[in-house]
Amino acid sequence: MEFKLPDYNLWLMLPELFLFVWALLVFTFDLVTKRKKESAVGYSALLGLLLTGLILALVWTGVLVPGKANGYGSGFGNMFYNDAMALFFKIIFLGAAFMAIGSSFGITRQKIVNHRGEFYGLILLSTVGMMFLSSSNELLSLYIGLELTTIPLFVLAAFFKDNKLSVEAGMKYFVIGAFSSALLLYGLSFLYGLSGTTEIVQMKINLGLVHATIRDIGVILIMGVVMMVAGIGFKLALPPFHQWAPDVYEGSPTPIAAFLSVGSKAAGLVAFAKIFVNGLIVFYDPLQAPNDWGTLVGVIAVLAMVIGNVVAIRQSNIKRMLAYSSIAQAGYIMIGMVSLNEHGLASVGYYIFAYMFANMGAFAAVAIFEDKTGSCQIESYRGLAKSSPFLSVTLAVFLLSLAGIPPLAGFLAKYKVFAAAISMATADADYSWLYWLVGVGLLTAVFSLFYYANVIKQMFFSTEDSPYKIKFALPSLVVLLMGLVGVFWFGIFPEPVLDLASDISAAFGFLPR
Amino acid sequence: MGEPGIVFWILSIVILVSGFMVVSLKNIFHCALFLILCLFSVAGIFILLGAEFLAAAQVLIYVGAVAILMIFAIMLTSNLASEKIQQSNENVLVGFFVCVTFAISAVMLLAKTYEGVWGRMTITEPLPSQNIATLGKYLMTKFMLPFEVVSVLLLAAMIGAIVLARKESA
Repeated sequence: MEFKLPDYNLWLMLPELFLFVWALLVFTFDLVTKRKKESAVGYSALLGLLLTGLILALVWTGVLVPGKANGYGSGFGNMFYNDAMALFFKIIFLGAAFMAIGSSFGITRQKIVNHRGEFYGLILLSTVGMMFLSSSNELLSLYIGLELTTIPLFVLAAFFKDNKLSVEAGMKYFVIGAFSSALLLYGLSFLYGLSGTTEIVQMKINLGLVHATIRDIGVILIMGVVMMVAGIGFKLALPPFHQWAPDVYEGSPTPIAAFLSVGSKAAGLVAFAKIFVNGLIVFYDPLQAPNDWGTLVGVIAVLAMVIGNVVAIRQSNIKRMLAYSSIAQAGYIMIGMVSLNEHGLASVGYYIFAYMFANMGAFAAVAIFEDKTGSCQIESYRGLAKSSPFLSVTLAVFLLSLAGIPPLAGFLAKYKVFAAAISMATADADYSWLYWLVGVGLLTAVFSLFYYANVIKQMFFSTEDSPYKIKFALPSLVVLLMGLVGVFWFGIFPEPVLDLASDISAAFGFLPR
Repeated sequence: MGEPGIVFWILSIVILVSGFMVVSLKNIFHCALFLILCLFSVAGIFILLGAEFLAAAQVLIYVGAVAILMIFAIMLTSNLASEKIQQSNENVLVGFFVCVTFAISAVMLLAKTYEGVWGRMTITEPLPSQNIATLGKYLMTKFMLPFEVVSVLLLAAMIGAIVLARKESA
């Protein structure tokens, strides 16, 4: 056995290192200023995210990486690997964190008096975890990245210590998170036992070799696959592992619920893509059908779309409604995930990009409304269009984008996912069940209009006058505008994002045929 | 590795009996004590397998930290330690069913893999004689990055725990 120090290539992980150091600065800044500077802490966190985004762009284009034309490549031996997917998802994590922090100025002014620095710093640390996860090339660092993502979120969900609902949310999320991590780890240990390596690319080759010589490893793989699907299914809130999501979203601070529904979900998707789409792709060979995880995930996606969209109709609390809506959205994303061709992962990338703007924006609008009124009930939005037209229009736009109405980005996202599934189904007769997924997707998308339109109806077509006139601070306005611009701009001019997203499929070896 | 010796059988019986005691005894304090016995025996199995580090970690973390913490929690919670609290589980039947299902599938899996897969796989490298040293070298070379990121994770957990546990003055 030989031990040699790896090539560090620290330049490649500059964004992560910078954001980590910045998080520490945010912690100390709040202490040094004796917790007096209310919004300066928040602005410093926002500035840190902006600078990290800038550094990420410089690394990606190769400006900051000596001797290279772009930011792709591996560091720390093979532990850290920047590919198109890693860099693309890092934008999403940073964007989600930016919008979450931007919309939490209200609660840090009113409710979180003592721990503003910790609140923002933990969001940044969670973002660092997501970024490490998306660059991991290996099961161990993938798992640790996932843990670094979720552990700060347990604390953030329970951040209102005096509020029973918030503590309950934190506790529930903690128990579920720990349980699902254990399941995932158990499943991963099966993969390690079969392949003898933790590196995903090597694992793919080893599993193929082992499977070629010994046919009956299928039993162990199925056990492992079931556990990993359950573990990641909990993180993504996919049925039947979705029960925690509405309670946790309802109880936790609204920006944290938003961050959970976008950032944490994107992190789970990255982990899923790395383990299943990359690591277990060999089992998409028709000869080796018994290990097909696609049908299992397909069933889960159908459940997600049906349960999410149907149960959301009955909700009276807008945060619970958005929770069920995000369960359904995860179902649509999984359609793209199981379409294993050059469109599949690209559509997943574009979907999560569009979903980030719309969902973070919708939650930001809900947070602004909640800061002013203290209510999350859908009835209390009655007549809001007359008293606060801007807020109502933006919220309506975000909801319509989530429902998939053209020309907003959400429409193209759904279209891309369905198109990927159809192209996979037509190319390969074994995947004709993907037609069913598309059918269910289209049907449930119509259902989803009911509950999205209900909120819009309350705001615009109610004869009552709303007692609330809502003004908002600069950061909230920035977040809303960012969401609006994203939803419109990338819905009408999607080409740059689509190009970046198609690099993801190419990086995983799905080349156009 | 060869055939399992007498020590293995003794340890297995201790694990099974103490594990059963943990879930069936009425006094929660006795349950915790049996849990410690169970975890100690698992550490013994690890030593039999030549995994000294795992055994040490098992004793340090599970017996040293987790079980002792549980005992502290029981003793500090005045009602729990007394005989009056009878812990009972209403989901005995469901739990039994789940456990039996899991046990059967695990046994079938192991039987199948022992003959079919792992029985036919050969270990190419000899087991390292000093596996703690090997582990340390790996942590400092190949697995350096995850090792460093764990410290960030611990920092986040520590800050989070302090934030949640701290009594607010205001």
